[in-house]
Amino acid sequence: MDGSAVNAQAQQDSSASNKPQQEAGSALTVRSFFEKQGLIVAFVVVVAFFAIASDRFLTYTNIMLVLRQVSILGTIAIGMTLVIVAGNFDLSVGSLTSLTAVVAISMHDVVGPIPAMIITLLVGLASGTVAGFLVGKLRLNSLIITLGFLAGLQAVTLIYTGGRYSRIVEPEQTWFGFIGRGFVFGVPMPVIILAILILLFSIILTRTVFGRHVISVGGNPVASRFSGIRDGNTIMATFMISGGLTAVAGIMLGSRLMAAQNYLGQGYEFEVIAGVILGGTSLQGGEGNIFKAFIGILIIGILRNGFLLLGLPYYFQWVAQWVIVVGVVWLDVASKRGKLLA
Amino acid sequence: MKRVLNFFRRQPIWAILLGIIVVTSLFRPDFLAIGNLLNILVQSAVNGMLAIGMTFLMINGYFDLSVGTVMGFTAALTIGLQPLSVPVAIVLAIGAGAAIGAINGFFVAKAKINAFVVTLGSFIGVRGLIYIYTGEDALVGKVYEFFSFGASRVLGIPTLFLIMLAFALIGEFALRRSAHGRRTYAIGGNVEAAENAGIPVDRTVFLNFVLCGTTAAIGGVLLAARLNAATPGLGWPDTNLMTIATVVLGGTSLTGGSGSITRTLGGLFTLGVLYNVLNLFNVQSFYNLLLTGLVLILVVYVDSHLKQRRVRFE
Repeated sequence: MDGSAVNAQAQQDSSASNKPQQEAGSALTVRSFFEKQGLIVAFVVVVAFFAIASDRFLTYTNIMLVLRQVSILGTIAIGMTLVIVAGNFDLSVGSLTSLTAVVAISMHDVVGPIPAMIITLLVGLASGTVAGFLVGKLRLNSLIITLGFLAGLQAVTLIYTGGRYSRIVEPEQTWFGFIGRGFVFGVPMPVIILAILILLFSIILTRTVFGRHVISVGGNPVASRFSGIRDGNTIMATFMISGGLTAVAGIMLGSRLMAAQNYLGQGYEFEVIAGVILGGTSLQGGEGNIFKAFIGILIIGILRNGFLLLGLPYYFQWVAQWVIVVGVVWLDVASKRGKLLA
Repeated sequence: MKRVLNFFRRQPIWAILLGIIVVTSLFRPDFLAIGNLLNILVQSAVNGMLAIGMTFLMINGYFDLSVGTVMGFTAALTIGLQPLSVPVAIVLAIGAGAAIGAINGFFVAKAKINAFVVTLGSFIGVRGLIYIYTGEDALVGKVYEFFSFGASRVLGIPTLFLIMLAFALIGEFALRRSAHGRRTYAIGGNVEAAENAGIPVDRTVFLNFVLCGTTAAIGGVLLAARLNAATPGLGWPDTNLMTIATVVLGGTSLTGGSGSITRTLGGLFTLGVLYNVLNLFNVQSFYNLLLTGLVLILVVYVDSHLKQRRVRFE
């Protein structure tokens, strides 16, 4: 089981390396592969390192555990990728995760699971709409605007709960927990939701008019405006998607814990952005890949899991994230330039 | 009089601050009590220190997301290294901050990696260093002189605030008068023009990152002196964002090329006074955050609105 998974991984890598081989000729193949696929190389290195260091790492249970853990950040990362591809940032996702998880949990016992989820989604969409309006329509700096949302939404969360801890009183009496805790054919429910969302939004980004508008607006705002793309609407839509997907993540997180603390999502924005950057999405906009962003998030999830398996304190993962994020981006930048330093 | 009016026109944040102070003192005379005002000063010392370096960097056209955790790390070092003697601890802590700034600066200026990526990385990484160094425990200072220094006053004014103010004055002078300061403005205004004019762009950017790490470290030392303790959570997650908010609120341009330490001080005092006012009116501390968020959004809105109007008139 484990062996075949590794083989499949290796085959995938060798088939991926065929492309640059044909383009670059035979002499530089290995080097150009390493340079062009820095993310995959980093992924394989990290997986191989922990697989050798711990025999529990590549077990079915552990793989599912990692996937379930990254499904929350992975869901947020989809929206973040769209926002960044369109040339902006969304720093509000951490606070919005806290708010939506708290809303989902506290409304559950009042109105029941389905209405609670609808309300939660509306909260996420509303936040995304307002942020999107300010950034897209009024053309305000997204970094500062969503920074304002980061502070504001955290405050709204605290004001809403009065600083209290929210929980579902009788967790056994509801199916709500299935979203975050359930399994279908041995695969955790959040992983299935994430897979569907990745597929859906990958298609939207690469195969639809809207997706091309997102890429175009981020890549060259002036040209897109002159070619008749309503860039304000496109940017606003990316923020609405980010808000909506963050609400989905908040629901999954709340459902997994069946309770929500006010600072649940604190700092998520940074981990998500780090993962998306690892995934090769350009911060200049106009370039990005949702599946690769997921791999980036997965690397971060594996670091967390791997260090725990090795018995190292969890905080080593943060230093490792530093090294890997800067290292991978450096490799990427250096390969485009042809040398390490400018 | 005209000079004063001109000053307010160029730095509207000071007029806003004055307005808030006047209105508040009409409703709450106790706002003007010496004890209360000194309290605002003490609390603004650390944030002010961080904002000084950030102002240099933002005028240069960059920003540093790592200042929060650098502050936390250096505060922990200041307390933890006290057995070596307090001055040595302070020097090592500031050196560590400068070193992290140098790492950031190297990757941004020499390796040409996006500053957001570089400083996001060190923001998270340095948080790891804090936890590794402290072993997840709160460190408590045992040197009485250091703590009493943190609480001391010179001519009735808190020493920590005076230290920050001294650095602010040096910073403002350096920005206006030194070659480095003028290069910082030039690069922030137009990199290509600066390069063509023979300005050493990479070196200036590198130096500003080192400077930002250093002031964050001094902020950490001041924080350690105020608390006489350091917890691993210091500076996570939004100190960096509040520092950027202070600078932006003061009126330093988001895209670089214009700004000053005086403006940053205006932003610093305005936020400090606003929090204090909410506190005086017994508003729950949650609303501080809400206010910060709203103020930020408002400032960016007004800033862009004014710019558009100016363009239209010209």
